[in-house]
Amino acid sequence: MNVLEVKDLGINFGGLRAVDHFNLTIEQGELYGLIGPNGAGKTTVFNMLTGVYAPSDGQIMLQGKTLNNLSCHKIAQLGIARTFQNIRLFKDLSVIDNVKIGLHERYNYSLVNSLLKTKKYFLMEQQMEKEAMDLLEVFRLHTYAHIKACNLPYGKQRELEIARALATHPKLLLLDEPAAGMNPQETEELMEVIKKVRKKFNISILLIEHDMKLVMGICEKITVLNYGSVLLCGTPDEVVNDPRVIKAYLGD
Amino acid sequence: MSGFSQFLMQLVNGINAGSIYALIALGYTMVYGIAKLINFAHGDIIMVGAYICLFAISTFKLPVWLAIVVSIVLCALLGIVVEKIAYKPLRSASRISLLITAIGVSYLLQSLFQLLFTANPRPFPTIISLPPLMLGSISISAPYYITFIVSVILMTVLHLFVQKTKIGKAMRAVSEDSQAAQLMGINIDKTISITFALGSALAAVAGILYCSSYPMVNPYLGSLPGIKAFIAAVLGGIGSIPGAVLGGFILGIIEALTKAYISSQLSDAIVFTVLIVMLVFKPSGILGKNVKEKV
Repeated sequence: MNVLEVKDLGINFGGLRAVDHFNLTIEQGELYGLIGPNGAGKTTVFNMLTGVYAPSDGQIMLQGKTLNNLSCHKIAQLGIARTFQNIRLFKDLSVIDNVKIGLHERYNYSLVNSLLKTKKYFLMEQQMEKEAMDLLEVFRLHTYAHIKACNLPYGKQRELEIARALATHPKLLLLDEPAAGMNPQETEELMEVIKKVRKKFNISILLIEHDMKLVMGICEKITVLNYGSVLLCGTPDEVVNDPRVIKAYLGD
Repeated sequence: MSGFSQFLMQLVNGINAGSIYALIALGYTMVYGIAKLINFAHGDIIMVGAYICLFAISTFKLPVWLAIVVSIVLCALLGIVVEKIAYKPLRSASRISLLITAIGVSYLLQSLFQLLFTANPRPFPTIISLPPLMLGSISISAPYYITFIVSVILMTVLHLFVQKTKIGKAMRAVSEDSQAAQLMGINIDKTISITFALGSALAAVAGILYCSSYPMVNPYLGSLPGIKAFIAAVLGGIGSIPGAVLGGFILGIIEALTKAYISSQLSDAIVFTVLIVMLVFKPSGILGKNVKEKV
């Protein structure tokens, strides 16, 4: 079954056609890569998928449900979560509170409950604490639970962003350059984490990445974007050997 | 009266005014933290709260506690409505447009109340009729100590609310990075509404307490305490909740001591000088963070 179906997606910024006739189909459990030279429109695609930008035309469907024109938080609640190219954690909140923010929509207790500190409030808070801790453990972040997020080492901050995104119980996880700024060893670890996450949470993942080793190593399918349009779409082997891709990256 | 008890008396005056400034400053600081907006109409909510309480008691003959509840609820609603009508459409506009709009809303509320109820001051009923508290040689009148107790309780509740509850955490997340919060499934419209409601509810309480100490109500009642609470918020570090409380008390005490020992006419000038000095030497406020840009 298809988790995500994008048909003829396009967006104009004034007179600039930033993305044009973009098509993408992601199946349940698939690990999908989106690559392309700088400025090709990859992050713009992410921004349209998550509702940050409203597409000018085309259609986005998550498990058969149209997402066009829904607000960011609605889309997040429906099941698309993301990380950012430049880390955007809640820096002054503790590590565990960052994850709890992601859990919020799952735990419904009203303002009245929290003001009166009812039994329901304590029960919910307890469950939330446990779930957040479990999530942190997956990333071996549980020992850092109560320090401020800004005090984590860089690689760990990137992993916390993934943990926070997973807390929203997504069906599709979007990773925007998860390995940016990481050293080879950290990248290696990250690849393992991504594989593990997909298996453990049984979700589909779409990632943007420049690190070809990572993309070729874990993605099952790849779409190459160039000047806002799809150049080609195929398996890592097909992509890496295609002369058009080499040309797009290196020129003639 | 000895010099020392004179000093203590002034300190009590200062703490009384400071409690009220702190309550109002909390509204400024919370709204600033979340909407990055200096809500200059916030001071006028105090005035609206006082009028509602006044009419609830004198015209509608409601019992005091009910009048207070009605005033708090209506002010909270007013806060939400003002945000929805005046600020929300400008959310992506520049900050200066928001600031000007806020000043506009402030004048709108003042003029509206002047039109409806004339500019003549009306006496505010006595709602706190408890015996004064004797502390050694000085006696503290009931509105003074009730103001202090109520403020401390409300500030504590607010602090716990922001730190411990889900909605409080959502508020902190929105104030740090509203877009990332939104992408984690947080409804920022709802969070902003709750913030305005909380701030305005505190302002209503501040208005009622203020009028218990200075029992006169007129349409301009809120503007000076509003401005001073804004200074208190800046002094403590705008955006910081403990900062607003600290700033409020410091400002109240400075003001009272100036009135007593330097000159009562100069007190406002000195309060504003404090603001200027603070902005020159530590613009981020006492508890504010110094944000360094990464180059």
